[in-house]
Amino acid sequence: MAVKSVINAAGRSIPLTINGEPVIPFKGAGKHHPTGRKYSPPIPACHDYPADGNKVVKSLEEALRKCGLSDGMTISTHHHLRDGDLISNRVFELASSMRVKDLVWFPSASFPCNDPVIKYLEDGTINRIEGSMNGPLGRFVSEGRMKGTAVLRSHGGRVQAIQDGEVKIDIAVIVAPSADPFGNARGTGGPSACGVIGYAKADSMYASKVIVVTDNLVDLPCYPMEIEGNYVDYVVVVDKIGIPEKIVSGTTQITRSPDRLLIAKLTASFLEKSGILKDGVTIQAGAGGTSLAIAVFIHQIMKRKGWKSKFGFGGSTGYMVKMLEEGQMDYILDAQAFDLDAVRSVGTNPNHIPYPVFNAYNYHSKGNLTSMMDIMILGATEVDLNFNGNVVTHSDGCLLHGIGGWQNCLHARNVILPLPLFRDRIPVIVDEVTTLCGPGELIDVIITERGMAINPLRKDLIKSLKGSGMPLRTIKELKDEAERICGKPQKPQFEERVVAAVKWVDGTVIDVVRKIKT
Amino acid sequence: MNRNIATAGNSGTGVRSDCEITIELKGKNGIIIDLESKVKTLYGESIRTLCNEVLQFFDIRNALVKINDSGALPFVISARIEAAIKNLTDTDLEFLPEMASGNRYATTPDRFRFSRLYVPGNTPSMMINAGLHSADGIILDLEDSVAPEKKDEARILVRNALRQIDFYGAERMVRINQGESGLKDLRAVLPNNVNLILLPKCDNAGQILKVESEISVVRKQLKLKNPVFLMPIVENALGIENSFEIARAAESVVALAIGLEDLTTDLGVPRTDEGTESLYARGRLIMAAKAAGIQPVDSVFSDVSDMEALRRNVLISKAMGFEGMGCIHPSQVPVVNEGFAPDENETEKSKKIVLAYEEARKKGLGVVALGSKMIDPPVVARARKIIELAIKLGKLNPDWIN
Repeated sequence: MAVKSVINAAGRSIPLTINGEPVIPFKGAGKHHPTGRKYSPPIPACHDYPADGNKVVKSLEEALRKCGLSDGMTISTHHHLRDGDLISNRVFELASSMRVKDLVWFPSASFPCNDPVIKYLEDGTINRIEGSMNGPLGRFVSEGRMKGTAVLRSHGGRVQAIQDGEVKIDIAVIVAPSADPFGNARGTGGPSACGVIGYAKADSMYASKVIVVTDNLVDLPCYPMEIEGNYVDYVVVVDKIGIPEKIVSGTTQITRSPDRLLIAKLTASFLEKSGILKDGVTIQAGAGGTSLAIAVFIHQIMKRKGWKSKFGFGGSTGYMVKMLEEGQMDYILDAQAFDLDAVRSVGTNPNHIPYPVFNAYNYHSKGNLTSMMDIMILGATEVDLNFNGNVVTHSDGCLLHGIGGWQNCLHARNVILPLPLFRDRIPVIVDEVTTLCGPGELIDVIITERGMAINPLRKDLIKSLKGSGMPLRTIKELKDEAERICGKPQKPQFEERVVAAVKWVDGTVIDVVRKIKT
Repeated sequence: MNRNIATAGNSGTGVRSDCEITIELKGKNGIIIDLESKVKTLYGESIRTLCNEVLQFFDIRNALVKINDSGALPFVISARIEAAIKNLTDTDLEFLPEMASGNRYATTPDRFRFSRLYVPGNTPSMMINAGLHSADGIILDLEDSVAPEKKDEARILVRNALRQIDFYGAERMVRINQGESGLKDLRAVLPNNVNLILLPKCDNAGQILKVESEISVVRKQLKLKNPVFLMPIVENALGIENSFEIARAAESVVALAIGLEDLTTDLGVPRTDEGTESLYARGRLIMAAKAAGIQPVDSVFSDVSDMEALRRNVLISKAMGFEGMGCIHPSQVPVVNEGFAPDENETEKSKKIVLAYEEARKKGLGVVALGSKMIDPPVVARARKIIELAIKLGKLNPDWIN
């Protein structure tokens, strides 16, 4: 059955409906202006809840039954416990045993620990995933084996979809390292502390029913509450919500690869020579080994110059905490803590502040934190000659990563992608990205071990580097160098069938992923 | 040779940018390729095409070829196929990948050789980016870092690497094996613009002369224009005693290196951080090299994780008179370069000397003086060299004189 398609503003062919619902094709960055009013969940009444404030029920199964779990519902979960999460799979295991069908799973991200849900995709419990997929789950979807079509959104796009009613969450299952019987919850304390649980904030406010699951029930009030009990229907206490050593890495480590270190050094040197790095700078960098090395080099420069960052936005790590503690950073605003130092800091340092993506990335928010960031260090699986970026598929066409906050972060003042020119034999700079996730007009600088390219739109940056000795190349020169070394790659072969839609931050469809030919 | 099945290359966990090739000669049915590759979607066709091309070149018409590829570049794949074929048939043919246009440069005897980075000759993943780390020289090592049963395939791989990999201006070096095997190495690498040959375990001038005469034969035969320099490595007591004769054995000997692991073994003492046991040997080698007018260069420092110890080691080495050191990991290169580079004092002093010289020259004075000190021409030459170096290392503006 053929679905009508159109060419969107990025030149990509997009079906007009996905999962039976009409979609809006991408119009260009900053071009879509929504109208109407935000979605509202059903109205509750406080006297329907226990007068003593005790919402604890005896099991997750009972909570799901009380929430009226039934066919076709949308269930949301979150990735706060990362690869150590024990609860999200359990939700679908229970749903399967209750013979519920065609659920939509709406996770904020999935991890390798979620691979067992393939079983529930196969037995019909889950119709589709609207969220990130990697590893075996990504391959399962890319091979066209999921019943519905996946929808990939950024962290901010997820909040947008919740707020404008594009996704109506029936039941939000929020796993919390600490919670009280009323449902107030936070990410610190207890055996499974993960730091912050802000990804669930929008879900708690907009879902029809909200379940908080904890292994550390504390007396009311569980303070400071990231999730407020006023939004919560049921509290479930279990023995264990997660496997601590898989929730946070003990320590995140800077890269030891000499080639990646070289890229990191080049990046720090570029930031210094271009004048982007300065007193009062605002910084965001991820937890990957190269980003961490960049953070270390930036820290050294700032120390040497006696500069201070006004704030850093996390994904926080021990390296960022070090900047805070040694006085080179005034505040950390934090959406997720990646290692034990970060978890400790957010739990004890008043200048390390939980800051959910609800506030930071949300398209329907009145302003955007990321547009206030001076330095944004991001990754990508591919970048093309127009600086367009791909983060969800690899060059072989398979879904391998989520978008995370990547699209939202593109709105920063200086978006810098430190990347190897090729990974093993696979060029990272290509003629045209396999899947378009971010338009090139928002990507400013590509830094590789064999030179860097600045987006021609950034005349100011190009000017600032005159005579700096930085290894400037055009993006075409970098691509040619990669192909000289690796050879020109073939294109992956796809079938017609759309297996996933990639949303832009505003809810429009920027690209789709098609089934790979097997 | 009457085998009909042979394997070359590497595969398995941890192996990157390499492949393992097994060729089984057959009586009929043409070429059958069984390809496993993590880049199959992107390069499956080109790997098959290349494989067929190499087999055709060696006139192999019926064979089953198994390729287990972990992202090997084309010059690696063809080297592995060639190596497997040479295990099955006697042939002198060479399947040569294109010589990259940037790989034809020559070097000079007196260029700086602060850092020389050793790269194992049978590990492609370590070769590809070796030139990015600003080492003065890249050594593709056919000797100690290659297992005896892998020597033949490494020789082919190194030959191809010399043709294909851009080392971005680093001196292109190869450490060959000793004796007959070393001459075989030489014949494989010389036609591919190698700038310098390292000769391991040298203890007499005769070894140098043998290699030198082989080189001049090949250079004449192939009409090679670029010079090929020699860096003998002295690694035993006899070599230390003979170091002056080694240093003067041939015009092409531009540097003399010391190998402390083997030397301390020969002395029967443990190698220590302080290096008391090799103090005399190092001093003797430095004198011999300096007397012969060539560069004395130090051994490698084997703890790749301790940069502070390396830094101390480099400073001692420089103070003794060494002009360079071997590196076994790219992260050692900046420390070594930095250590041998002129420090601020040296640069400032050299600037004053050159300025005084220029001043005197302008005034037509025959004698140059700095304060109350007379300056000899060699002092000026050395000052110029230091300035040139400071500029090269980005420590001094090229336009400093203005």
